[in-house]
Amino acid sequence: MTSATPSQTVGPFYAFALTQKAELGCLCRDGFQGERIHLRLRVLDGDAAPVTDGMVEIWQADAQGRYAHPEDPRHEAADPGFCGFGRLSTHDSGVCVFDTVRPGSAGGQASHINVSIFSRGLLNHLCTRVYFAGDALLETDPVLALVPEDRRHTLIARRDPGDPTQWNLDIHLQGENETVFFAV
Amino acid sequence: MKIYPLPNPGEQPTLAYRPYGSTRRRAPSKALIQIPHTISELTGPLYGHNPIGETDNDLTRQHASEPLGERIVVAGRVLDEDGRPVRGTLVELWQCNGAGRYLQLDNHPAPLDPNFTGAGRTITDDGGNYRFITIKPGAYPWRNHHNAWRPAHIHFSLFGPCLITRLVTQMYFPNDPLMANDPVSQSIPDPKARERLVSSFDWDLTEPEWALGYRFDIVLRGRNSTAFEEQP
Repeated sequence: MTSATPSQTVGPFYAFALTQKAELGCLCRDGFQGERIHLRLRVLDGDAAPVTDGMVEIWQADAQGRYAHPEDPRHEAADPGFCGFGRLSTHDSGVCVFDTVRPGSAGGQASHINVSIFSRGLLNHLCTRVYFAGDALLETDPVLALVPEDRRHTLIARRDPGDPTQWNLDIHLQGENETVFFAV
Repeated sequence: MKIYPLPNPGEQPTLAYRPYGSTRRRAPSKALIQIPHTISELTGPLYGHNPIGETDNDLTRQHASEPLGERIVVAGRVLDEDGRPVRGTLVELWQCNGAGRYLQLDNHPAPLDPNFTGAGRTITDDGGNYRFITIKPGAYPWRNHHNAWRPAHIHFSLFGPCLITRLVTQMYFPNDPLMANDPVSQSIPDPKARERLVSSFDWDLTEPEWALGYRFDIVLRGRNSTAFEEQP
């Protein structure tokens, strides 16, 4: 048995290779099913300054909670009009906006989007989740249950007051409001 | 339940590694929270969004003429921790040019090369093999500390079978004297683990009258299947 290759930072110079295609921010294809949403994530450092050279990847289930992957017993029924993966850079003031659908509940968990953050200064990428405020399943979600109650809010996106299709969440890499990151 | 065992301590970089200045305001200060492997972690993006182009794995043939610098072959196998090949997975790679300059960026007052972009991608074959042709990247200075220079390196990005196996890393070249003072690579406490990021010069990959070859095998996290198989 050999151990896994160590991670290294994505560095500041990845964009020309990894995030050239803006369409990687749009997960909806023709004929997608479900409630279309915009997920607006803003990445901030320990001084609450925007991280403008970061990269965010998301992975999520479709509107019925199905992942397009063979480990999901329902994957054959996954929505062909939906791609569960997205990737964007945060060059616009630390912000990226994904055009996606609100995922359904997968395996009894509350509706959530899996998020990975890469940037200069992150020697390994950080894994977190975005949940949705008001979801009745938040109370019983098995992963959220492992998070101290006073930090759960760092994982819960809220509807934009001016645009009901948009959900917003700030990701704080450090500091008082530091986002909960997971060892997966 | 952790279906994929966690990495051994010391074999992955220390997130808050102070000699690397950018970690000081970016590395989390609180401990990561362990979570079980749910269907969300055991699934992940499979390749299939964009077709691979004919020159995507040959960075010397993406422009009208050939780039300047030392042509090299970089190849290896992508395996899991039990030594099984990881088939059909996307391998993305990016780097600076032979003079140490990245495309469209002013990281170093060295010339751009109009014949070199520095980005490539490929898919592993049934044996987990990948192969790129490129130019040996130059070292370049950065402002991390006085007289700081990044050793020549090539960035790699891989997915593997699920979210847990996602890996972004850097490949280095053998016998590079800059590595000892490079906080990015030195952030890995275990020297043997660090050494796994150093490619090896390889005669079998070297092509006569044409290019030197470097082997870089990549190991992604694996399911703990050996333990089960060994049960009576």
